[in-house]
Amino acid sequence: MNYNYSLIPFYAVIVSLVGAILILISSRKPNLREFWTISAAIIKFILVFSLVPEFLKGNSVECEIISIASGVSLAFRVDGLGLFFAIVASGLWILTSFYSIGYMRGLSEHKQTRYFASFAIALSATMGVAFAANLVTFVFFYEILTISTYPLVIHKETPEAISAGRKYLAYTLSAGVILIIAIAWIFVLTGNVEFNANGILKGVNISSAQLTILFILLIIGTGVKAAIIPLHSWLPTAMVAPTPVSALLHAVAVVKAGVFGVLRIVVYVMGFDLLKTSGLWIILATFSAATIVIASLIAFSQDNLKKRLAYSTIAHLSYIILGASLLNGTALLGGILHLAAHATLKITLFFVAGAIYVKTHIENISELDGIGYQMPLTMGAFAIGALGLAGIPPLNGFISKFILINGTLSSAHSAIVLIYLLSGLLNAGYFFPIVYRAFFIKSERFTKIREVSLFMLIPILITAGLSLLLGLFPDLLFNLFHIAQNVSSEIGKSIIVDVNKISGAGL
Amino acid sequence: MIFQHFPIVIPISLLLGAMISAPVGIWKRKLTYPIALFASFVAFFFSSAGLIYVLNTGTHHYYLGNWIPPIGIEYVVDPLSAFVVLIVNGIGFFVMIYSHRSLAKEIPGKEVPFHAVVLLFLAGLSGMVVTGDLFNLYVFLEIASLSAYALVSVGEKRAPVAAFRYLLLGTIGASFYLLGLGFLYLDTGSLNMLDNAKIIPLLEERGLIIISLTLMLVGIGLKMAMFPMHLWLPDAYSYAPSVGSAYLAPIATKVSAYVMIRILFTVFHTEFVSEYYNFTDVIAWLSAVGILWGSIMAIAQSDYKRMLAYSSVSQIGYIGLGIGLANPLGFIGAVLHILNHALMKATLFLVNGNIFYRFGITSIPMFDENLRKKLPYTSAAFTIAALSMIGIPPTAGFFSKWYLVLASVDKNNWIFVVVIGLSSLLNLIYFFRIIEKLYITRKSNLTLDEETKMNEVPISMLVPTLLFAILVIGFGVFNAYIVDYIIKLAIPDGMI
Repeated sequence: MNYNYSLIPFYAVIVSLVGAILILISSRKPNLREFWTISAAIIKFILVFSLVPEFLKGNSVECEIISIASGVSLAFRVDGLGLFFAIVASGLWILTSFYSIGYMRGLSEHKQTRYFASFAIALSATMGVAFAANLVTFVFFYEILTISTYPLVIHKETPEAISAGRKYLAYTLSAGVILIIAIAWIFVLTGNVEFNANGILKGVNISSAQLTILFILLIIGTGVKAAIIPLHSWLPTAMVAPTPVSALLHAVAVVKAGVFGVLRIVVYVMGFDLLKTSGLWIILATFSAATIVIASLIAFSQDNLKKRLAYSTIAHLSYIILGASLLNGTALLGGILHLAAHATLKITLFFVAGAIYVKTHIENISELDGIGYQMPLTMGAFAIGALGLAGIPPLNGFISKFILINGTLSSAHSAIVLIYLLSGLLNAGYFFPIVYRAFFIKSERFTKIREVSLFMLIPILITAGLSLLLGLFPDLLFNLFHIAQNVSSEIGKSIIVDVNKISGAGL
Repeated sequence: MIFQHFPIVIPISLLLGAMISAPVGIWKRKLTYPIALFASFVAFFFSSAGLIYVLNTGTHHYYLGNWIPPIGIEYVVDPLSAFVVLIVNGIGFFVMIYSHRSLAKEIPGKEVPFHAVVLLFLAGLSGMVVTGDLFNLYVFLEIASLSAYALVSVGEKRAPVAAFRYLLLGTIGASFYLLGLGFLYLDTGSLNMLDNAKIIPLLEERGLIIISLTLMLVGIGLKMAMFPMHLWLPDAYSYAPSVGSAYLAPIATKVSAYVMIRILFTVFHTEFVSEYYNFTDVIAWLSAVGILWGSIMAIAQSDYKRMLAYSSVSQIGYIGLGIGLANPLGFIGAVLHILNHALMKATLFLVNGNIFYRFGITSIPMFDENLRKKLPYTSAAFTIAALSMIGIPPTAGFFSKWYLVLASVDKNNWIFVVVIGLSSLLNLIYFFRIIEKLYITRKSNLTLDEETKMNEVPISMLVPTLLFAILVIGFGVFNAYIVDYIIKLAIPDGMI
């Protein structure tokens, strides 16, 4: 593999930081302000996308900016996992930006400048997390991500929002402190915090009890954002935030940064070999499997639409973690693909929830009877999202789940496949009634309601369309499938899945 | 070359400034401030130039009056003292710029003596840092302390009582130091630090120097407000005028911490204080308790200045912890935190001055959104400093904690690791309480004026506030350069 020195990953990180400053400066001119948001989003995506060809050629793009602490650099490196995450997050940011503008203006929300600026900073931090080449750079952006999303969580400034904000900070910053301690420990042990495909901790001289503690610290540190039960309870509470925030941050950027962190730890810090020989994978597998089942069951009991989506998110995040914890290339591939699949599907569902709220101020599922007749496109997109998350072909949720199940079956613990199958049923169980209510129960209540503004409707249709497109042709857009496959072949344990066969399965 | 004399120029310019500005002020009140500012600038300039000089050419020994030590007094500027003296005069100079308008509002008519006293205070602190002589250090310590009492006493109604208490405890501290020094002199026959460092390992009977070290550490610990000798601090910081606290909090206790480092690791040897006799362990454990105690007490305060005062107790604990760990990473953490905490506390106390200037309040329950609308930049500066206190990257506070955690892990002391982590979360509680008040609209708050217009403090106050806040981020991002090119040069010999 060739190493290319390039500052593009760094630019991809700071472009929205510069955007945030411009947003703050132009706070009195809403149109100009929104122009900065959109331009930053588009430039960021172009920068990220420009890294793809180089990556597919097998070259590694990396750069060191400064020495961030004695002996550690603020360094970025574009590897498959990071690139994959960056494409998903930056791509969906463009859509969310348009949607946000529609949503915020539709509700004439207050303090929009703070909102858009925080959003831009959060996206900077997400890119930093994605491209971080070492643990210190990773935690550096991970903490910035926490702080920059706090203003978004409390945006409504109701007592409920304020207490949600406190809970959010208490959970995520405690996790941050734990993560920092774990990283400091690794630094003292190995003198090296650079991610590598064999695992930083491979061959380190440490007793198995200490290794267990270290692993648990690392998993708590990242697991809070990944909402592994019992570390999850900030996430449903944080749903008081405006819907675009829930959509992008609590379905894509923040929680995915947590899952991404877990993947980094499993693959690049601990390494498959160490997790296998030490048996520590069982801890992660147990908790994530339990999370899938418990969260799916709780989702049933939620009448608040966003809360139901939140619990569904918790379950789906653990799909990815469970896949990684099986220490099997195919399951890991499925997990990574699910990272994108869940992103497009769940963002669709959240967008729809926000659209309903803007039009009707309704948040509860039990009040949605017949809304599908008035907002057919919106609710149609919702149906696509629901089908996808239940794993029905030809949507991208099917592909990722199919590969996950494949991987599980070829691992030594094929019984875990039952978790995925059960969860698929549960997904159908808690999502389909919503679709049913919307389209099959008639009600006079919404006769005056029409579809939402195009600012919001188009992103909804695009994300739903993306889900379908990626289900039919997984590798069509941005070579996502290849990039994901590169990750699992990098660690040398992949069973190569032929992309054409998968496409066929989708059809 | 004339520049060789910079170690003496720094304190002398300040002393001369004090002596000239006061009588001139009696004659023409308006002239005091420019003279004081000029003196402070000269000291700042020579401190900066001194640091660059020392980094390029190595430790600078300056013999006062060309008397060869140990007979004569020697000034030693090595990377550590150059670094600390620059912090002292940097903070001093910018707070001096700030102080003009704030003093005119808070203690009108008393500016002339105040500026003179400030110059004495800075001269004392600078002298303590650059001197290589233990008795000379005592002299400067007294100059700094006496002027610090005066800085406190001009404050509000209850300030004289607080100042008197500070004076009593401070004098006890100074006496302990002097007593300890007496014992040391009795044993080694020298007052020069480096000379003592050579003599002490040769002593066969160690009883006397153990006593002397203990006494000196107690004395300095009291001056540094190390837990549990911090009792003078909350009152002194809360009742002093805003500017008085802004001078005291960032640099006074830090210089004492510097003296502690000097005594432990320069005069005595690392091995002596950490392996033969466990002085450093005691310091580390007391500091660890202080970190938590200060943070918990800070949460309980409803007065902004008092909260900052307790937070200082906690932050001094970080420095003490780094010193007490007695390993290179701990040393880096401690010295870096001297800088970081000076900047953070300067920012926070200047924010206090700004709020007091516009609203005349220091009570946290009275803070509201109105305040942020009138003082948006001040509030932003506060937020940056608060995030740094909590330890959020990229602010400076994150990095001093990073080195301290590394040092504790390196020493295998997990309790310290937990203390540092816990303290971050406690800081989160008492700072976000204020951030919430500033940035969140309360429906219940009927006094809120919808049309509140921005009404920031005068530019001479705003610029230093923002400068410090920006430096909090700047020194955070570029901390590695400070660590690698300055602090690492200062790591004492024999520290492993």
